Amino acid sequence: MKDTISVARAVSWRVLHTFFTNKSFLLPSVLFPLFFFTAFVGALSRISQVPGFDFPTGYTAFQFVFVLLQSAAFSGVFTGFGIARDFESGFMRRLMLAAPNRSGILLGYAVSSLARWLTVAAIVTVVALIARMNIDGNGVDLVGLYVLALLLNLAGTLWATGVAMRLRTQQAAPVMQMPVFLILFFAPVYVPLDLLKGWIHGVASVNPLTALLEAGRGFISGRPDLTLAAFAIAVGLILGFTLWAIRGLRRAEAAG
Amino acid sequence: MDSPRQNSIEAHGLVREFKKGPRAVDGIDLRVDPGEIYGFLGPNGAGKSTTVHMLTTLLPPTAGTATVAGYDVVEDGPKVRKAIGAALQEAALDPFLTGREHLRLQTSMHGITGDERRRRSDELLTRVGLMEAADRKVKGYSGGMKRRLDLALALVHRPRILFLDEPTTGLDVQSRTALWVEVGRLAKDEGVTVFLTTQYLEEADVLADRVGIIDHGRIVAEGTPEHLKAEIACSTVEAVPANPDERGTVATVLERFGAQTTGYGPGSVAVQLTASNGNLAEIVRALDAEGVVLSQLQIHEPTLDDVFLAKTGRHLEGAGEEEVAEPEQPAEPARV
Amino acid sequence: MTATALPQIATLGRRAVIRTARQPANVVFPLIFPMLLLAVNAGGLHSATKLPGFPTSSFLAFALAVPFVQGALLATINANVEFARDIQTGFLNRLALTPVRSLVLLFGQLGGLLTIALVQAVFYLVVGLAFGVRLESGIGGAALLLVLEALIALAFAAIGSWAALRTGSTEAVQGLFPVFFVFLFLSSMNMPRNLIQTDWFRWVATVNPVSYLIEAVRSLVIEGWNWEALGLGFAVAIGMSVIGFALAAHALWNRLERT
Repeated sequence: MKDTISVARAVSWRVLHTFFTNKSFLLPSVLFPLFFFTAFVGALSRISQVPGFDFPTGYTAFQFVFVLLQSAAFSGVFTGFGIARDFESGFMRRLMLAAPNRSGILLGYAVSSLARWLTVAAIVTVVALIARMNIDGNGVDLVGLYVLALLLNLAGTLWATGVAMRLRTQQAAPVMQMPVFLILFFAPVYVPLDLLKGWIHGVASVNPLTALLEAGRGFISGRPDLTLAAFAIAVGLILGFTLWAIRGLRRAEAAG
Repeated sequence: MDSPRQNSIEAHGLVREFKKGPRAVDGIDLRVDPGEIYGFLGPNGAGKSTTVHMLTTLLPPTAGTATVAGYDVVEDGPKVRKAIGAALQEAALDPFLTGREHLRLQTSMHGITGDERRRRSDELLTRVGLMEAADRKVKGYSGGMKRRLDLALALVHRPRILFLDEPTTGLDVQSRTALWVEVGRLAKDEGVTVFLTTQYLEEADVLADRVGIIDHGRIVAEGTPEHLKAEIACSTVEAVPANPDERGTVATVLERFGAQTTGYGPGSVAVQLTASNGNLAEIVRALDAEGVVLSQLQIHEPTLDDVFLAKTGRHLEGAGEEEVAEPEQPAEPARV
Repeated sequence: MTATALPQIATLGRRAVIRTARQPANVVFPLIFPMLLLAVNAGGLHSATKLPGFPTSSFLAFALAVPFVQGALLATINANVEFARDIQTGFLNRLALTPVRSLVLLFGQLGGLLTIALVQAVFYLVVGLAFGVRLESGIGGAALLLVLEALIALAFAAIGSWAALRTGSTEAVQGLFPVFFVFLFLSSMNMPRNLIQTDWFRWVATVNPVSYLIEAVRSLVIEGWNWEALGLGFAVAIGMSVIGFALAAHALWNRLERT
């Protein structure tokens, strides 16, 4: 256990050091969620006036939840990019040789992904508050929202880690990114589920992310909804992707 | 009939300075006669490629003049480019095109079309041994194949003068030798003037009719390889004692005959003999007098590296890595 | 333009097309991604058509304009990354050593990109029609749409070529993607300008030239012949093309220091 933690600490220190001292990593992570938030709220706020748009907290809060979850998922994907980069540069081999317990490597990347996302989440939250976002949920609701996002971040990290461990090249980026992008956007991004029509309604209804989105919006509006389902899905994703990531690590070890 | 100047290269006081950088080329005078293979030898960062870029009109000189094929490189750039072919330091090929498609592109750029284009492409592909691989994408080519294609592309328009910038760097011995044979044939059979830059002593020795040795942007020596080596006229004696503990004794004895030098085998002692001092028999007698038993004794004739050492105080091989690399091409082209 | 220039432009353009065609990711992504986004947005924002004053009852028809701009962007970024790679690998030097004139190099590059963008545009049009979108401007409008698309692609291509020539860096050209992306999102791509509620966003969308490109294409799809929208769109596309081309030509002149 001690070995695992010391490896995790070393790995996460390195990732975070690189992240915070390199503008080319830090800025896109921060700017993209802010940009989406601004663009969606700015362009589409009038859509909350469509009959049946039942979200009294306001469109800013409605989009904030999506952007928070999106940033959580993509922070995980960006971590996967970093792992792929480490494979290509040979640095991962160094880590594998040095680490007494290699699960610590996975833990290190996961911890650093979380720390990265918390930074981004803090900035996005501050900007949303400056933009006069309403919050109708109480403290417990907000904790629930951020914990949900945290779980999604972990799931995203484990997904991307598993891909990176298997493919071990930066050209795997689209493989990591596209499914996450699709899952995010085949959800009620712009309007509540009830206002979706046609095929997108069908897809969004079975999309696991929809439950997380609806639950998150429930938290921020003080009307918790689908809470149990959302957390169950999040935990399920984490368990599934943990297995995916660990098996990926074993494959990477076998490849040498 | 071509006049002699049409196949020659001349440079007077050629200088290339980069913005906020050192002088990559610092006053070069040279002349390459028609049909000659001129070897431009120097370590990394010496200014070889920058010189080639100026002579091929890719970079204007900061000062000085140069004529290639009888045309001024500054005033008559397009005419120079019509007369020359160049295979530069990077093979510069498109990995998604086939060998044949590269030739199609190159012939089109030179205004060669139709049947003549096909004929010329086939001829060159055959000549460089790439006919079988002609329709394969270049990303599947080996390093040697890429260099051969590079040479073929440089010859598409039958240039009178050929510039080769480190053409065999990174190639295996077989590919290198094959390229040497082709370059030699071009000069001998077709009268093509070849300006070849290299950091390989052997390449300059084997191929070049005359060699110019460049260091820090200046030519420090010029002449035929034999003439340059004869100027030094100093052999090097290398001795390896049977007992490594006697290395000091061997060094003391040999230093009577010349200055110690480096760059030979581990455990050996090497001295560069002075012109007036020492022949092998005297050296053996002196070592014998000290009771030293040798496992190996060799005499090395002077090399171009010895010439470089004599002129600059450094060995050629590894000289480029010792220095801070000088930019031969800045990322942001300087304005002239 | 001399007699040799046209075949040279054709050969260079052909190379740009071949290079793209032989990299499946560069073919598939610009075709599929805009369509995917269109499908998502058309489904997700369908309810926006219920807003008073929304110009059409089909969000698909409303949003079909976006892939034309987005696809042009993706194709030109990809191709200009390859152009930057030509500079990095020395391939541009190889071309510079031939008698080909500098502007011919640029025309060849741009010509290739235009071809790619037009193929994409035809694809988007066919998909839109297959999913029930009706072009209010008819066949003439479709033809004009392709002309407009060519100009839009030329504008982005020229700006991308400028970046490639100026920096000689594939990363710098790739870095343009988020910049263009920002311009695309801060436009009237998802909502008519007059229905944008947020004042600052409406102002940004109004000064954003990409809005006029989208609105011109959109007008051909959902309105028919809106000469004001078309005039503005063409003016912006031509203006961007001229500025982009001038920048690219200047950068080429600097890059090719050849005498």
